[in-house]
Amino acid sequence: MSSVAMQIFNGISLGSVLLLVAMGLAITFGLMRVINMAHGDLIMIGAYVTYLMQVIFVQYIPEQFFDWYFILAIPVAFIIVAGIGMLLEFTVIRHLYGRPLDSLLATFGAGLILQQLIRTIFGAPNVGVQSPSFLQGSLEIFGLYLPFSRLFMIGLVIVCLGGLFIYLYRTRQGRRVRAVMQNREMATCMGISSRKVDSLTFAMGAGFAGVAGCTLTLIGPIGPTIGLNYIVDAFMVVVVGGVGALTGTVIGALGIGVFNTFFEYWTNASMGKVLIFALIIAFLQWRPSGLFSMKTRSLD
Amino acid sequence: MEKIEKKKRSSTTVLQSEKLIVQFGGLKAINEFSFQLSDRELHFIIGPNGAGKTTFLDVLCGKTKPSSGNVLFKQTIELGKLYEYQIVRKGVGRKFQAPSIFPSLSVMSNLEIAMKQQKGFWHTLRAKLSEKDKDRIHEMLLLIGLEQESNRTAGTLAHGQKQWLEIAMVLMQEPELVLLDEPIAGMTEEEEEKTGELLKTIAKDRAVIVVEHDMDFVRKFADKVTVMHEGTWLCDGSMEEVQQNERVLEVYLGRR
Amino acid sequence: MSYLYSKKTLVILGFVILLVMPFVLAPFNLNLLGRFLAYAILALGIGVLWGYAGILSLGHGIFFGFGAYAMAMYLTLQSGGIPDFMGWNGITELPWFWAIFSNPIVAIVLAIAVPMLFAGILGYFTFRNRITGVYFTILTQALVIVVTTLIISQQQYTGGTNGITGFDTIFGYSLNSVTTQQMIYWTTVIFLGLVFLICYKLVNSRFGKVLIAIRDGENRTRFLGYNTSVYQVIVYSFSAGVAGLAGMLFVLQVGIITPSMMGIVPSIEMVLWVAIGGRGTLIGPVIGALITNGASTWFSQTYPDAWLFFIGLVFVLVVVFMPKGIMGIIATIQARRRAKKYGKDRKEETKLYNSSSI
Repeated sequence: MSSVAMQIFNGISLGSVLLLVAMGLAITFGLMRVINMAHGDLIMIGAYVTYLMQVIFVQYIPEQFFDWYFILAIPVAFIIVAGIGMLLEFTVIRHLYGRPLDSLLATFGAGLILQQLIRTIFGAPNVGVQSPSFLQGSLEIFGLYLPFSRLFMIGLVIVCLGGLFIYLYRTRQGRRVRAVMQNREMATCMGISSRKVDSLTFAMGAGFAGVAGCTLTLIGPIGPTIGLNYIVDAFMVVVVGGVGALTGTVIGALGIGVFNTFFEYWTNASMGKVLIFALIIAFLQWRPSGLFSMKTRSLD
Repeated sequence: MEKIEKKKRSSTTVLQSEKLIVQFGGLKAINEFSFQLSDRELHFIIGPNGAGKTTFLDVLCGKTKPSSGNVLFKQTIELGKLYEYQIVRKGVGRKFQAPSIFPSLSVMSNLEIAMKQQKGFWHTLRAKLSEKDKDRIHEMLLLIGLEQESNRTAGTLAHGQKQWLEIAMVLMQEPELVLLDEPIAGMTEEEEEKTGELLKTIAKDRAVIVVEHDMDFVRKFADKVTVMHEGTWLCDGSMEEVQQNERVLEVYLGRR
Repeated sequence: MSYLYSKKTLVILGFVILLVMPFVLAPFNLNLLGRFLAYAILALGIGVLWGYAGILSLGHGIFFGFGAYAMAMYLTLQSGGIPDFMGWNGITELPWFWAIFSNPIVAIVLAIAVPMLFAGILGYFTFRNRITGVYFTILTQALVIVVTTLIISQQQYTGGTNGITGFDTIFGYSLNSVTTQQMIYWTTVIFLGLVFLICYKLVNSRFGKVLIAIRDGENRTRFLGYNTSVYQVIVYSFSAGVAGLAGMLFVLQVGIITPSMMGIVPSIEMVLWVAIGGRGTLIGPVIGALITNGASTWFSQTYPDAWLFFIGLVFVLVVVFMPKGIMGIIATIQARRRAKKYGKDRKEETKLYNSSSI
């Protein structure tokens, strides 16, 4: 019984990482129909920003403040990666609206460049990031040991999700984003600058990738290709969740996280992957356009 | 109702819908719509925006499935239960509102693949254009006035020409029922006239349903008009009859 | 028409040049060229699938890999006994799914049939539900991850990350001898020609026109009475079979196949060859595969660090600014030249050329 509960907890924590990764993807795909393959590499950069923060703290800041590096790394990663995202949008992606498959390939190329950049600066081998002391150890509830780091991740995802929700549904800027999402031409006619919305939204999606990168440092060592491990799973979340509703992304991420953990628990890591893939294909037989989808009248 | 009863006896019915309902979430786009169409009839469906005209065509060609009720084609074929491609093979052809031709194929190739033929992969792999096929395509090109453009890439045609090409593609399927959604949208007056004549020609051999907003056009060419409103049947008859109808005036002009 | 004629002549000329290469190139370079030609075969399959039917698969590495593994398994078995890695993992008896590959005909048939079947099944379950476009692409990518992790984890049967290697004879002849390599090279060239011919017939048949129609407007094609999902499944399966064939020819010349040669990154690079060469043509993928791999070999030897920057940049530039690739540039130049020759009016005319496509 307690092992099942533990698996559920592990599943949720995996799901929350996936959600954090997929959130940015879902926004950009939902808004611009752009498949951002470089998202994984933006995550990787977020992780390296965290690593860099740690290095800076070790060298220049008194030791008793060391733990603060992680807290500081989160907003810094968000801002830096959002900036890179904005640059990416400006240089590459804005040429590719309406060509989703091409956007996938071009952003993959951009991702390769980012990877090589990091490799040149930090070297190819993985680097380790030391978790802050307040995230070491675990919380004991009903005989379960729940690691603080994982609890922190879940909490962070909830905060991010809440922030995104408030932004999209409670602010003027967010209303503009939703307007462009639902009908680009109409929104433009109403005087919304869709260029500005695209750029900001893409930057925001990238920023979440940065935050996701921060949390990955809690899980294990990081390397230049760490993004690749998460990007495909995150895309599956978007496929399962459907486009245009955050709820779908949340359910998709938690669902895949929990099922994945259970499958791996019952079989092994690789069989777990096979089973989850089969499950997703089976799911798509039932809901070909994911859990939530927007209906349109256009023919193609 | 009396009138419909009479019609049923007088000529063969091609299409018949009984209490058709189409629901999108909570919205009933079509609500208990009953409709009947005789062979070789040029039938216009008009109505204000959101009346369910396009949705009705969507049901007929299989794009949308009815929530309840059904549509019978040639008395026996239940259209609501078939896939789009099966419906086409049974003899229903549709032209969409925006011209949807294949821009990177030539005019000739567009017609070639539209032609009535076996459309399984095994046939198309081995198919060659026979002299008879070429004649048919040529005939069609003459009808739509594109005989000079047969090798041209379809994407480079003018808007009106694209519309005609699409009509020709529908006709190449030799359908018994043709559905047209706003065929004259975006056309010049001259092109409109030409399209109207084309519709008359088409309706000589088959039934045609046209959804149209342009009342002058409807007046000029319609055999019969059905008015839809909020997903239901409002009235039908000739254009003159319909124009006199109190309820139609109410809906269109907001007279109370 | 003379324009088309010349294009055909060029293709035949290119083919002849490839055939005489063994008398020109040193064995090492011939071997390299042979590999690239195997890649070119694969690129042709992707070219038909993506360029004509508009289906982007980022999972062709799997099909390529399967063909390669099948051939490698046969080669290992006929070199004698149980493969080393099985012994290291304590397996003393050959499992049945290995044993069947000891027959060369079975191995060759399976190398093509299994990818076709596999693609057919995946295609059926996706295209049937109209899961196309980016959704399909993402699923193919997930497939790559699933299959490669599976191969790596089943080390005792697959050789894990090290893959399969260490075979040195084929039909009793040494794989390393110059003559054998020449024979294999010629086999590759002939298969390239054959696949090119099949693809040419395919895309210029009415079937090919329907594929283009599906690419330009899938729903519209359905409303012409075509069951588009059947067409999509068939072309996907065909292209997977071609990839299997390419994999077989590849392993004969490289002597090793590992999961990393069929993973996510190689799978996307395969698509890049087609993008660089020019989609919607058949010459494009072949040229793209040859040029990209040639450049990659030279570049990664000379400037190994700069290579990834370069390839990433090429990826971005090609996709964003020249979506029709090298063939597109050539076509534009030709069009300009023709326009100059015949005066301005003819500029429009060049657009109208729509003869059969190579």
